[in-house]
Amino acid sequence: MLSHLRGTFCVLSAGVQRAWSSSSCLFMDPSSPGLVLQSQSTDVFQNLALEDWIDAHVDLQQRSVLLLWRNRPTVVIGRHQNPWAECNLPAMRSAQVPVARRRSGGGTVYHDLGNLNLTFFASKKAYDRRRNLKVVTDALRRVRPQLDIQATDRLDILLNGHYKISGTASRLSRKSSYHHCTLLHSADRSAIAVLLRPSCPGIRSNATPSIPSPVANLSDHAPSLQWEELLEAVVQQYSSEFGLTSSSQCVDPADEALFPGVGSMEAELRSWEWTFGKTPKFSVETQLELRDERPAARCSAQLQLEVKNGRVESCRVEVPATWLPERLSASLAQALLGERFCPHRAAAALSALLRCESGPLHSRLHNLCDVLVAAMG
Amino acid sequence: MAAVTRRSFSALRVLLTQQYRRRSFGPQNLRLSRTESAPSRWAASLQTSCNRTLQTTVERRRPVVQFKLSDIGEGIMEVTVKEWYVKEGDRVSQFDSICEVQSDKASVTITSRYDGVIRRLYYEADATALVGKPLVDIETESASELSQEDVVETPAMAREEHTHQEIKGHKTQATPAVRRLAMENNIKLSEVVGTGKDGRILKEDILNFLAKQTGAILPPAPLFQEVQTPGPAAAPPLSAPAAVRPPPAAPRPVFTGKDVTEPLKGFHKAMVKTMTAALKIPHFGYCDEVDLSRLVLLRSELKPVAERRGIKLSYLPFFIKAASLSLLHFPILNSTLDEGCQNITFKASHNIGVAMDTSQGLLVPSVKSVQLLSVFQVAQELTRLQALGAAGQLGTAELSGGTFTLSNIGSVLPRFGPDGQVKAAHIMKVSWSADHRLIDGATMCRFSNLWREYLENPASMILDLK
Repeated sequence: MLSHLRGTFCVLSAGVQRAWSSSSCLFMDPSSPGLVLQSQSTDVFQNLALEDWIDAHVDLQQRSVLLLWRNRPTVVIGRHQNPWAECNLPAMRSAQVPVARRRSGGGTVYHDLGNLNLTFFASKKAYDRRRNLKVVTDALRRVRPQLDIQATDRLDILLNGHYKISGTASRLSRKSSYHHCTLLHSADRSAIAVLLRPSCPGIRSNATPSIPSPVANLSDHAPSLQWEELLEAVVQQYSSEFGLTSSSQCVDPADEALFPGVGSMEAELRSWEWTFGKTPKFSVETQLELRDERPAARCSAQLQLEVKNGRVESCRVEVPATWLPERLSASLAQALLGERFCPHRAAAALSALLRCESGPLHSRLHNLCDVLVAAMG
Repeated sequence: MAAVTRRSFSALRVLLTQQYRRRSFGPQNLRLSRTESAPSRWAASLQTSCNRTLQTTVERRRPVVQFKLSDIGEGIMEVTVKEWYVKEGDRVSQFDSICEVQSDKASVTITSRYDGVIRRLYYEADATALVGKPLVDIETESASELSQEDVVETPAMAREEHTHQEIKGHKTQATPAVRRLAMENNIKLSEVVGTGKDGRILKEDILNFLAKQTGAILPPAPLFQEVQTPGPAAAPPLSAPAAVRPPPAAPRPVFTGKDVTEPLKGFHKAMVKTMTAALKIPHFGYCDEVDLSRLVLLRSELKPVAERRGIKLSYLPFFIKAASLSLLHFPILNSTLDEGCQNITFKASHNIGVAMDTSQGLLVPSVKSVQLLSVFQVAQELTRLQALGAAGQLGTAELSGGTFTLSNIGSVLPRFGPDGQVKAAHIMKVSWSADHRLIDGATMCRFSNLWREYLENPASMILDLK
């Protein structure tokens, strides 16, 4: 069967032939109805692109696939969420933690090397999240029977009935589906508290909100449980649940020969248009505190912004006319229109304006610019 | 003869009526049960020359289908519509994404089962949609695309078996029109690399594949076989790969190349204002050349010292410090004129701006108070600004307050040596631009000479160190 199909590939050009025959070998072994893959990469965009690739290219009507992966520190938001509302982007920039938007729904999670991600690929007909979670809970109970592990109605997994060690999200396409979940082995919990808070005040949106829960690491309650042991347990349980014989295989998600087209999928996931431009429309309403040094004086102003597709669609800055003439605050608001909702883009546009204005109002204008930029996260 | 005429006349009528479309078309004008009898009635009415009858039968021939939200599984009965990918009036092909809905942490892409035009969206974004109820109305193109019930699986599967084989383990996505094109040209879809969404094979991919095989660009095959116009080489099937067809009269365009107009916004709009204001000031320019040979030597000596302190030393800190030292002798170059041209302000701080090319465009952050800084400190500050610029993180503090700006684009030029031979020398061309209202040519020249002397003989900077 395999040789017949290999024969069919001969008409292809050399590069493409190598590609199809490699991935078809990987995905087409007729002796096994399933496959377990482990990603060699710790880059969230490469791993998410690999998920997309498997979802788009593997015939899941005949088989199911389990993908195991982990990422360097990253914040991952759900498909329909608002990154400014969910995570502290300035703090993340200083810590060099990127934000990624995944294609599945659900809430925001913090990934690092102590968090195991599991993706269960199946046909739309075979989509069964409870069965998948049962693989995880059974595996844990088998290796550490003393732990109290339960899956809830909301498809979380709780430790001791209280601490969340796993969250779930999924994506359904025309004929295929995938369900992925996290599993906290030894993640940095202090980072979660710092990074998963809003970037700026006053955001109002209809984006999917996250529901915060107390979390715990498996390693806190079962210190002897090593990473490799956890992986092995999950793979074994998956194999027995889904009737497989093959063991897991390591793959490189950046291998264009094995996964043709994965590079462009990765580029899309990294792009600003996907990560920020896909944010549902939202508004920002907040008070700005203005001050002047010479003479010392203070004033409050109102900022109202509408952001659509990640860009400022409308902007109103209401400053008392005694503080700054209306034409100046209006021209500042004007300068932001159409720009990305981003403090750096705002700084560039406003600085260009500042150069045009000199005179006694310059310091107040400069202060207003600073405060405006700070309000944008 | 008469019969032939009538048939070709019918063919022409078909062409005309297919191209004629009515604007508004509500579902209440159509009853699905009638469509089966429509073709025969239409054929009969073609014989008459009554326009209105023709139009009525055209209406019946283009039905609007209510596309219902199919079952998502797990007993889910309602979802939230999160994002529409189409709007009313958009043309869709089979398998195009229509919208994204969310339910209980699952994000679901709903794709179209038909080729056609979107006529109605039943929900707005963030509304709750019910499973089994209509989601959109699609006006399809032919009666054969219809079916009574909206079940996602069956008709699409039948179509796939019909047209092209799927290699097991790899599914190829392509619309029926694309599959037909491939079949007509004896192309296996598995051999074509799809460049569409999700790796879908587009018409362009088939055409590119064909072009690669023959070395010529072919016109697209006509999709409606009824239109048999004797055009130039109307899509002959590819049998002999060696044959090179002459290029057709109307070559297939690779891209539309249309002009695109969009309003100026944000940073670019602000730049227009800045530059327009700058143009109101009379400028003059002054050019010179600086021999950097000694500076090159000095820098190569100091580079390891700076590296030990963690800073990469370039030439820019020297240029900036030399400019500041020169400004001490020519303070008028660090001054501004007010709006009414009444008062001149001599700025105490030498805030020297450095032009940087960033992803946001050309930005000019400034190093503040260079008169108080050593060359090394200037280098440190520059490193900090360059890192911020590269990360797109320059703020208003960095970007404003500049009083004097350097834009660096030096290059190595050949020179004639004393012996008349061409040799490499580190010559940098420099040009200054100044406000002629305050600064005259002689002052500019003297400033430039002083700056040049500091750089050509860096040791002299030590004499004037503060």
